Amino acid sequence: MQRKAVALISGGLDSLLAVRVLQEQGIHVEGINFFTGFCVEGHTHAIRKKDQKKPKRNNALWCAEQLGIKLHIIDIVEEYKDVVFNPKYGYGANLNPCLDCKIFMVKKAREWMEAHDFDFIITGEVVGQRPKSQRKDTMPVVQKDSGIEDRLLRPLCAKNLPQTLPEREGWVDREKLYDFSGRSRKPQMALARKFGFEDYAQPAGGCCFLTDAQYSVKLQDLWKARGNKQYEMDDIMLLKVGRHIRPEPGYKLIISREEGEGKFLQGYRKQYPSLKTTSHAGPLCLIDGDFAEEQIEQAARIVARYSQGKNADTVELEYRDTDGNTRNIQVAPLPPHELNKEWIV
Amino acid sequence: MSRISLDCRRLLCPMPVIRVQDRITELQPGDELEAVCTDPGVMQDIPAWCRINGHQVLEQKIVNDEYILLIRVQGD
Repeated sequence: MQRKAVALISGGLDSLLAVRVLQEQGIHVEGINFFTGFCVEGHTHAIRKKDQKKPKRNNALWCAEQLGIKLHIIDIVEEYKDVVFNPKYGYGANLNPCLDCKIFMVKKAREWMEAHDFDFIITGEVVGQRPKSQRKDTMPVVQKDSGIEDRLLRPLCAKNLPQTLPEREGWVDREKLYDFSGRSRKPQMALARKFGFEDYAQPAGGCCFLTDAQYSVKLQDLWKARGNKQYEMDDIMLLKVGRHIRPEPGYKLIISREEGEGKFLQGYRKQYPSLKTTSHAGPLCLIDGDFAEEQIEQAARIVARYSQGKNADTVELEYRDTDGNTRNIQVAPLPPHELNKEWIV
Repeated sequence: MSRISLDCRRLLCPMPVIRVQDRITELQPGDELEAVCTDPGVMQDIPAWCRINGHQVLEQKIVNDEYILLIRVQGD
């Protein structure tokens, strides 16, 4: 009877190798990839015009194709919020709840495994590779809290860990698994060469925006301004785009930095009031939050400061409300020394 | 056989892929799904997903800045 494993596929080298190791032992593997909304993959590339000339692949799909396995991409945006709001094991250096995230993903994979009659889960984890979720003392926490217990196999470091059910039952030969540990990538690269993988994704500082310091500052600013730790999909998308400037606690400006961002922000003009320079080439700006009528001029002066008319006496802008009503405003661009650095999020 | 249209405008990858994947599970072999998208990444990602999962991309085109893919659902 051919045993079946579901693999957590991030698109990186480790999960690619972990699957191939199991395929070499005759295990049927299918991949699962979770979309949290914070995944770096694809988004900024799609938004920014300057990046669009070089087509960017989705690495999880690419890995699945190299391996010849099916990949199931699962939207967990709503359920994932609780992981971000209330991580039992806390955050890492930024707003990254890495251990809780891993527990959550393994738990969701377990549910998928049970629903689809698979036998166990594999991941590309390597003991000692990550400061929170891939330590010898936290790896068993993932198994216990996710409920997967000994049906979670980590082929790249299995020999450093207690035997799992697939090994004990003889579904998998432990001797053909690996004993990688630590942060060095050399053993993985050597194994990739052995398997003939050359064009795999290079590690690039994580695949989640929550590990990014600047992004975390923007998310904390959003929570502080709203008085609670809530977010919607549009919020987390917009945190990836443009300059964010908060001249008053109640509202902030999201100002495009180039044409691609401007085009992307245009799609939000029915949800947010906006400003666009008309007398000079310039950015599109969304206004997020509650603001008084007289604050529109202040916002317009800031936006004008980022237009081609920044040195002109006056710049004309179109203000548009969410119903599509428009009016023109003429302002003097804000001089650089009047732009308070503390406004910049 | 039926032909279904799926609006994926303003969604960024991988969301259009997820929408296509989830819609296809409700369709029968031979049905056709037309996905209308605005993220150029779909021109790589949706065909890749189809190749992996055994479905056929009949056509992909760009019309007025929209990326349109026609997919024929295949059986297991």
